[in-house]
Order: sequence, then structure tokens, then C-alpha cells
Amino acid sequence: MSKPEFVYVTYIETTPEKLWEALTDGEFSKRYWFGTEVQSDWKVGSPFALVTDGKTTDTGQILEADRPRRLSYTFKHELYETMREPETKVVFTIEPYGNLVKLTVTHEGFVEGSKLVGAISTGWPAILSGLKSMLETGKPLAIPRAALGKEELARS
Amino acid sequence: MKIDQFKPAIVYTIYIAAPPEKVWQALTSAAFSRQYFSGLAIEADLKIGGAFVARAPDGSVHICGEVIECDPPRRLTVTWNVNWPGLVEKLGPTLVTYEIEPAGDATRLTMLQSHDREISDDILSGGRSGWPAILSSLKSLLETGEALTIKMAPPERMLAALKAMGIGTP
Repeated sequence: MSKPEFVYVTYIETTPEKLWEALTDGEFSKRYWFGTEVQSDWKVGSPFALVTDGKTTDTGQILEADRPRRLSYTFKHELYETMREPETKVVFTIEPYGNLVKLTVTHEGFVEGSKLVGAISTGWPAILSGLKSMLETGKPLAIPRAALGKEELARS
Repeated sequence: MKIDQFKPAIVYTIYIAAPPEKVWQALTSAAFSRQYFSGLAIEADLKIGGAFVARAPDGSVHICGEVIECDPPRRLTVTWNVNWPGLVEKLGPTLVTYEIEPAGDATRLTMLQSHDREISDDILSGGRSGWPAILSSLKSLLETGEALTIKMAPPERMLAALKAMGIGTP
């Protein structure tokens, strides 16, 4: 069996530049990422953090920043003890696709028996659905965190 | 058919700003599916044992199956057999389940593609590339009134793998 990883693809009616902006602008991210602000100067080697209500939930370091094509960072959960696992890696690939953009998000590098992979597998589809709605309609999705419901098993 | 022998090989979840009834309607009616699903018309007789068909614009049947579970607007399972010669004989039947749940003011749609045996990554590449396109377009249609124009062709690696198994491909 291959190691657990999470892959999600979505198609968005936007431009690569706008999608890059949406992924890297902390004020914008609050609107689709459950109030979470993405924080970094997006230079290779710089720190990365996710901050919700003043609390840092996740940290990392920028690995690649090829605007507007490819962004990757290391990702370590900080908030919940049970999910403080070794560093993982998130990669965003942005490809023009006709008049659309194809976004592929890969989250990999989980340890065997990871708790974190279950949580992120539940979170990413909601976050990326909200991102698509924001870019296409200007309106966020009203999904309360509590409605995320059961954890889905990560498929690899 | 023993439904509990099927295991999900592909799972795709998407949240849509529309009520569950609307998502159900979009998944089961030709007027919607033609817009988001490569022009295919879904014709579903929504009762257990009812026919489930995806018809191409030229009138030919592309996918045929039957309704296995039907609980509107919460859950629909159908057999989803692509009409390529030898496919069902070699790969067994494919099941597709839609789970539709309210999530705040939005709706969570989870698609599960299940099989009763191991299916290779080459063959699964078809569903892995197809479902995100189909369901991204369905979401756009319900939220903006316009489906996305996503030109999709079956992945080469899938066609090669099917051909190697003696399954007819277009």
C-alpha cells in the first residue's frame, strides 16, 4: 500500500493570477478558510503560518513560490496535541484550462496511522469549495465548522 | 448483487451553495446533466430496480445501470456501467453512490465510486480525472447558473490499460 496522502482537483472560472492572490492573501483567505488567515511573505525559505482568531494553528516554511503556477510549503499542525505529527507538505498546482483554471492540491508525507490526514481530508474539500465559490460568485459558503461532520478516510 | 462486497475506490466531496433537493435534481435530471456532464442526458427511473441511463447527444447509451438505493434527497446508488464492449465482463460492475447532506446553509455532496474487486490505478485514472470536472461544473451551474466548459478526454493510460485487457474503447 502507498503512504496516505490527499489529492484534490477542482476547476474554477478565474485566472491563475487571481487564484494565486486568493491562496496567498490573508484577508481574502479568512472569507473561505473558516476565518483563517494565511501568513507569509511567500519567499522560498520564509515562514508560513495559519492563524485563526489570533491563534496559530499550523506552521511551515515556503518550499516553492513560482507565481502563478506552483506554490508549496511544509505543514505542521500545532494546536491539538493528538495531531502534532512530523512535518508534511502541501503543493498547489495552478494550470490554465481553456477559460478556466485547474487547481490541484496535494497534501502528503503523513506518518503511518496519522490522525492529521483524516482532519485535513475533511477540511480541504470544504476550504476549496469555499474558495471556488468566492472566486466565481463573490460569496463565501456558509458552512459552520461543526457541519463538517464525519471524518472521511484518506484515499491514496 | 451483494452491495456490501463493493469498496469505494474513489471518493470526492464538494460543498455547494444550494439546498439538497436542488443537488438531487441536478444529479438525476437530463435538463441539468446535459449542461455539466459533457452533454450526457441522465435518465433515471427513481425507484429501486429502476433504469439508470446516461445518453449521449446522438441518442446512444453511454452508461447504463439500475437504481440500487434511492432515498431522495439524501442518498442514491446506481450501477454505472460504461457501455464499452467487454468492460463489465472484465472489470465487474461499477457502483456510484451520491450522499447528500445539509452543511449549514450549504450542501455536502460526496460521490463514491465502488468496485467488488481491485481495480488498477491506470483504470481508476478515468474516474479520478472525470469526477472533479463533472462535479466542479455541477457546483458552478447551481451557484452561478452557468456550467463550466471543461473539455475532457479519457486519459491515455486508462485507454491503454483497457485495450490491454481486451476491452473495446472508442
